[in-house]
Amino acid sequence: MTKEERIENIKRISGTDVRKCMKCGKCSGRCPAFKDMDIKPHQFVTMLGKGEIDKLLESKAIWNCLSCMACVERCPRGVAPAAVVEAIRDTVVRMQGKNGIKAEEIPPIVDELIPQQLLVSAYRKYNK
Amino acid sequence: MKISYYPGCTLKTKAKDLDKIARLCASVLGVEMEEIENWQCCGAVYPMGTDEIATKLSAVRALDHAKKNGGKLLTLCSACHNVIKRTNEDMKTNKDIRFRANNYLQLDEPYGGETEVLHYLEMLKTVVGFDNIKKAVKNPLNRKIGAYYGCLLLRPSGVMAFDNPENPTIIEDFIRAIGGTPVIYPFRNECCGAYVALKNKDLPKQKSCKVLASAKEKGAEEVITACPLCLYNLQVNGDGILPVRYFTELLAEALGV
Ligand code: SF4
Ligand code: SF4
Ligand code: SF4
Ligand code: SF4
Repeated sequence: MTKEERIENIKRISGTDVRKCMKCGKCSGRCPAFKDMDIKPHQFVTMLGKGEIDKLLESKAIWNCLSCMACVERCPRGVAPAAVVEAIRDTVVRMQGKNGIKAEEIPPIVDELIPQQLLVSAYRKYNK
Repeated sequence: MKISYYPGCTLKTKAKDLDKIARLCASVLGVEMEEIENWQCCGAVYPMGTDEIATKLSAVRALDHAKKNGGKLLTLCSACHNVIKRTNEDMKTNKDIRFRANNYLQLDEPYGGETEVLHYLEMLKTVVGFDNIKKAVKNPLNRKIGAYYGCLLLRPSGVMAFDNPENPTIIEDFIRAIGGTPVIYPFRNECCGAYVALKNKDLPKQKSCKVLASAKEKGAEEVITACPLCLYNLQVNGDGILPVRYFTELLAEALGV
């Protein structure tokens, strides 16, 4: 697989058109995880547009995005930054050995109130 | 009136009370919630990747079942609601996903998004009517209550079409119907920190504390939610300055069930 093919694949699974971005930054301004995003939502959009995926694939931001859709709601150009973050995260966790959470890390942090919903959603987001 | 109902896995385990109370209240209000057969967990998060298909099939199965049983599907957990409603939109508008899902499922008749997905709160508003709830109230609540919407009910608003995403009113109207005083506070539609609780606990801690502080500052005496994960984050990762409960618990209290 060439890098170009990989970029194309990420663009395709994101389902959003990064070329429509006008770099206003509203998505990042509204992001509740902003401080924990080493690469900000608007940068995900611009960097994918430029094909700079190596840094995106290494980012910590993919583990801290909350999928809250605030960025999508706020974008005046109909771009979905959350879907770009998800396309990168999907690409990472689909690689062998790149799951975001390890099964043995779970039992110590499970308390008795934890809803199934949290375990299921974290596994869906972080693991394949 | 009977409505097909999708409880979801959390309501069958940690949030059993949410399920039981919701059914009791609905029956008092004249709605019978009929649990669909053989439902499977929806996965709790909507898969955004356009190549995801297997992760959407349990929602499609539930939707198809409801299509054949009254045409409406009632949800209660905000996460189930978000996943099922967004998947339904895909089945309605995305030819590729519709084709691949139907190709796999081989239903008697292809499913194309015909079912109407209804959250319990929408059912209270449109099927029962808040006026009728008001009439059925035996113990008006008489306290200041902050509605916590979180994200899943509201966003993305184009698909969820639940309420105004920046200035929602449905839970406040509900609070008024049960005799309480709604408190409007800025963080009511902010995220609680969601599933990141399993990866980076500090983030939901900060987010949940902010939500509670914001509600308290505006005078709320308690906060209500429709989402088991919001409830967990606010209760466990918040700092405990306000009690947090399911909206159905308050409905039961008001109706005296
Ligand atoms: S979906 Fe992710 S990137 Fe977008 S606003 Fe929410 S946390 Fe930020
Ligand atoms: S809000 Fe939309 S247009 Fe503005 S920077 Fe973000 S993605 Fe680009
Ligand atoms: S959202 Fe939850 S609780 Fe609801 S069914 Fe799906 S995973 Fe299970
Ligand atoms: S607020 Fe938190 S759990 Fe609730 S809907 Fe958002 S992410 Fe979910």
